[in-house]
Amino acid sequence: MTAKPVESHALHLLRELAPQVLGAVARRHGDWADAEDAVQEALIAAATQWPVAGIPTNPRGWLYQVAIRRLTDHVRSEMARRRREDEVAGDRAAAEPFVPPPDGEIGIDRDDTLVLLFMCCHPALTPASAIALTLRAVGGLTTAEIASAFLVPEATMAQRISRAKASIKSSGVPFAMPGAGERAARLDSVLHVLYLIFNEGYASSAGTQLQRTDLSNEAIRLTRAVHALLPDDAEVVGLLALMLLTDARRAARTGPAGELIPLDEQDRTRWDPGLIAEGIALVSAALSRGAVGAYQLQAAIAAVHDEAARAEETDWAQVLALYGLLERMSDNPMVSLSRAIAAAMVQGPEAGLALLEALDGDARLAGHYRLDAVRGHLHERAGDPERAIAHYRAAAERTASIPERDYLTLKAARLAAALRGTAPAGGG
Amino acid sequence: MRYMLMMHTPRGTGDYQINNWSPEDFKAHIAFMHAYNKDLTDAGEWVDGQGLTPPGQAKLVRAGKDGAPITDGPFPEAKEFLAGFWIVDVDSPERAYELAAKASAAPGPGGAPLNMPIEVREVMSGPPTDA
Repeated sequence: MTAKPVESHALHLLRELAPQVLGAVARRHGDWADAEDAVQEALIAAATQWPVAGIPTNPRGWLYQVAIRRLTDHVRSEMARRRREDEVAGDRAAAEPFVPPPDGEIGIDRDDTLVLLFMCCHPALTPASAIALTLRAVGGLTTAEIASAFLVPEATMAQRISRAKASIKSSGVPFAMPGAGERAARLDSVLHVLYLIFNEGYASSAGTQLQRTDLSNEAIRLTRAVHALLPDDAEVVGLLALMLLTDARRAARTGPAGELIPLDEQDRTRWDPGLIAEGIALVSAALSRGAVGAYQLQAAIAAVHDEAARAEETDWAQVLALYGLLERMSDNPMVSLSRAIAAAMVQGPEAGLALLEALDGDARLAGHYRLDAVRGHLHERAGDPERAIAHYRAAAERTASIPERDYLTLKAARLAAALRGTAPAGGG
Repeated sequence: MRYMLMMHTPRGTGDYQINNWSPEDFKAHIAFMHAYNKDLTDAGEWVDGQGLTPPGQAKLVRAGKDGAPITDGPFPEAKEFLAGFWIVDVDSPERAYELAAKASAAPGPGGAPLNMPIEVREVMSGPPTDA
C-alpha cells in the first residue's frame, strides 16, 4: 500500500499551506470570516481529491483557486437567489477553465500566518474559542478533526468556531498586523493559546482515543512556525523548548493501561534524546541573551529534569532557584506549589510543608486538589502516613482527572495497607 | 469543563405524568426542550443529551452465581427517577448551574414552570497535572 505516505504528505502540505492561502484569499476578498469558510471548503476538497488524484504541481495555487471559486459561487448564488437566476449562474461557474495562478500572482505573504494567529488568539475570545479557531484557520485542521480532538460533536465545534469568528467580526479587529505597541501583549495571548493546545494533547495522550488528532504535535508545529517568523523572540524560543523538553518524556509518562507514572518513577531510557538535545540547545541560547521570561524559566526547569539520567541525580537546588525566579515573575500559586516540592527535595519535607502553609489563604487554590496532593506527598516523605493518607484521599475526591484520581487513590490505599500490615509497603 | 445535568422527575406512577397533560401543554414542553437543545448546540456547548423511557420499564440487574443476569423491578413507586440527562462542555461551573436552572424551569401544565430538580455533576474529563 502506497496510499498511506501520499496521504500523510498531502495532509502535512495542506496544514502548512492553509494559513498562507487564507491570508491571500482574505486580502483579496476583504471579508476574513467568509474567506476562512471558503479555505476550509478548499481544504476538505483537497483532502479527498489529492490522495486519489495526486498532489497538484502547484498545490498553493490549487487551494487558492478553489477557495476563490467557492467565494465567487457563494456570492453568485446569493445574487441569484435574489434575482431567481440560479441556473444561469451555476452554468457559468462550471464552464470556467481551471488554471491555478502561479504563486507570484496570489500575493503570498509569510507574515499572514502571524496576522492570523494574532486574530485567532485575540484576548476577547474565551480560550476554548481561540483554540478551536486557531486550529482551523492557522493549523488547517478540519472542523471534524478538531471536534474529534476535543470529543464534542462536529455541529458543536462548528458553532464554537462560527461564534468566535462572529465576535472577532463585531469587535472590528482588522485583518492586519497589530500596531507595535499592541503586538507584545497579543503575542502573549498567542503563546498562551499554543501552550494550552500543547497541554490538551499532552495531558490527554493517556487516553484510549487513538483517533484523536495529535494536538501536541500541532502545537509544536505552530510554535515552530512562529519561531521561524520571529527568530529573535526569546519567549517564543522558550515555549518551543518547553514543549520539546516535555514532549520528550511522553512515552515514559504513562503505563500500559494509561496510568500516570510520576517523573521520579519514569523509565528514563524511554525519553527521546533528540527532542531533549534540541530543547536544551534552544533554551540555553535563549537564556544567554538575557531578558528572561516565564516560558524560558519553565523550559530551563524541564531541562534540569531531562538532563538527569536518574531521578536521584536531579539538581534540585537549581530547580529550586529557578522556581524562585519564576514565582517572583508570575504570581501563580501553582508555581509556589512546585517551589515547595523543590524546597522539600533540597531542605527536607518540613521546609516544603512550611511553604505550603502560606498558600492556605490563597483563594485561587481553595479546595484545589493539587494542594492536598502535594501535602500528601510531603507528609509521606516526612514519615507521617496517616496525614499523607488523609490528604491523598481528599485530593482524589477533588480532581476531575481519572488518571490522577486513580494515582492518588492507589497512593492512599498502599499507605493504608502498609499501616495495617496486610501488604508490603509500596507507595514508591 | 464538562458537566452532566440530570433531570429528576419526582413521584412516579410508572408512567411519565406528562402523558396526562393537555395537548397544548405537552406541545409547549416539547417545543421548549427542542429550543433548549438547539441553543446548547448554537452556543457550542452541547456534547450529548438523551431522554429515558419511563421507570415503569426500568429493571435492576445483578449478576447471578453463574454470571447470568438476575432482573428485578420495575419499580413504579420510586420516589424520584432520572427522566433524562445532558452533557455540556462549558467554561465555568456557574454556566452549568445557569443551564440547569433554565432546564428546571421547563413549562408544565398551564405553562407554569416545573422547577424540576436538576442534579449537576462534573464529568471526570479534566487533564492531569504533569508531575
